[in-house]
Amino acid sequence: MDLAATIALNGLTLAALYFIVASGFSLIFGLMRVVNMAHGSLYLVAAYVGYAVFEPLYDRDLWYAWYAGLAAGIVCAAISGALMQRLLLGWMQGQELRQALVTIGVSIIVADQLLAFYGGNPRQFFAPDAIFGATQLPGLGGYPTFRLVQIGIAVAVGVGLWLLLNRTRLGMMIRAGVDDRDMLGACGVNVPLVGVAVFALGAALAGLGGVIGATAQPLAQGVDGRFLLVSLVVVIVGGMGSVPGTAVGAILIGLAEQIGQAIFPTYSVVLSFVIMVAVLATRPQGILGRA
Amino acid sequence: MHSRVLLWSALGLALLLVMPWLLLQALPQNQAQFWTANILGRGIVFGIIAMSLTFLATYGGFISLAQMMVAGVAGYTLAIFVDGAVPRIAGGLGYGLAIPLAILAATVMGLIVGAIAVRTRDIYLLMITLALAMGIFRFIETNIAWFNGYEGIRNVVGPDVFGFDFRNAYVFYYIALGTAGALYFGVLYLVRTPFGLVLQGIRDNPRRVAALGYAVGPHRIAAFGVAGFIAGCGGVLATIYNIGISPGSIGLGATVNVLIMSVIGGLGHPIGAFVGSLVFTFFDTFSASIYDRERFNTLIGVVFLVIVLLSPDGLLGAGARLRKMLGGRDAP
Repeated sequence: MDLAATIALNGLTLAALYFIVASGFSLIFGLMRVVNMAHGSLYLVAAYVGYAVFEPLYDRDLWYAWYAGLAAGIVCAAISGALMQRLLLGWMQGQELRQALVTIGVSIIVADQLLAFYGGNPRQFFAPDAIFGATQLPGLGGYPTFRLVQIGIAVAVGVGLWLLLNRTRLGMMIRAGVDDRDMLGACGVNVPLVGVAVFALGAALAGLGGVIGATAQPLAQGVDGRFLLVSLVVVIVGGMGSVPGTAVGAILIGLAEQIGQAIFPTYSVVLSFVIMVAVLATRPQGILGRA
Repeated sequence: MHSRVLLWSALGLALLLVMPWLLLQALPQNQAQFWTANILGRGIVFGIIAMSLTFLATYGGFISLAQMMVAGVAGYTLAIFVDGAVPRIAGGLGYGLAIPLAILAATVMGLIVGAIAVRTRDIYLLMITLALAMGIFRFIETNIAWFNGYEGIRNVVGPDVFGFDFRNAYVFYYIALGTAGALYFGVLYLVRTPFGLVLQGIRDNPRRVAALGYAVGPHRIAAFGVAGFIAGCGGVLATIYNIGISPGSIGLGATVNVLIMSVIGGLGHPIGAFVGSLVFTFFDTFSASIYDRERFNTLIGVVFLVIVLLSPDGLLGAGARLRKMLGGRDAP
């Protein structure tokens, strides 16, 4: 029983990380119709830049080292995302395949330059003392505190996104843009600017995921491809462009990976792809996607 | 228009036929051999795989990122069943049987990909085929019993062809060129048959084609089957060229490389695949002297990005525009 609970909790913490990263991907796709193949690169950029800020502070034993790294990573990813939209993607709006190709080109260059700059050694953040160590859970014993924090952050991101999309002016514009871009522009809204904001927000979420992910598990080259694929599978399963769908997809994939690892360790990675094919066969638009 | 493309293709083929001889005149023997097998030969082999993508893109309107994986299915089937491969998985077959079996497996895999992706289009199809390819890749990477996991299967040396050793640079080159030529002209023929015309109709307007009474879904799936066959031929040749196959050769990097080749050449015509793959191979080989051997990915990434930004229809499109600008007649 304990084992089952631990596996379920592990699945949920993994799902939390997947949700944070994939919600950014889904948000960008929902409004902009851009498949951001560089989403994993944004994750990687944020993690490396965050680490570069974190390391010297951590060496001097400053308590805010991790928070500074987190902030630096998020800001850096957001700026990169906004620049990408502003310089490369904005002027080819509507050419979806071409935009996807552009982001593939960006991801190749970024991955290679990061390798040149930071080398191939794996790195890992150390969480601050406040969220480090273990928490006693009733009936389960000790569980890493940081993983619980991870779930908390994911819930906060989900609630925050819901509030942003449903309760603010920007959210109203974004939702209107999903339904009819042209009409939104005709109403006097600066649609390109909204696009840059959405891109920055989506990229910031990738950055948040990057620093959190690099605290929970080591950061290395190739992680960008992994999180790009996770984002793809999660939004395909959950429904493209839908935040609740992304949450459902992330929970499904996160749990499947952990349960699979417990039952048949060798092939656990394949389970998520089996789920994806099954969803596609029965409901091509995803579990919560709009037809 | 069509006859002009055929003329240029025939000229290109003729040039490639005499290339080894020309290289021997211009370069010392070992260098000429290197150019023949490792640049032109390799370029042509990957051009075949890229052409399976270009075929789908040009005539079906799908950009499938599963083609390298499909080629890998052929390569793995060959490596699993052929005698002499290390480690021995199933063995027992000579090349004469293992190669057709491999191509059949790739065709079936192509059909499966088509069946899964049949209800999707455009970027959805791109995402789904990529995810599918990576799912198979992960499976192969973790499966020891059939695919020998991370290490892959070695020592697939290739057959003797009419008494000639496949490992001879020139034998390999001409077999690759012959296969590529046959597939290329086969594709040009296929798209003028009723099947090919229906396929192009579906690309332009699926609803109208359906209203005419054609079954859209099966035609799409069949197109993926044809592309699987083409990719399978390329996969067999690539596996023999590399004397084996490992998961790395069908991973994300390899998948994206095939896309890069197709896009650099141009997705508007199957010949673009070969233009792109030769350019790619050239950069791959000489990036050390152009920029930095270790930074090949940056170099090819920049080339790719520039092409997508400036000339989304690739070098073919750029060439056509250049001719137009110089006051030439209508571009093909």
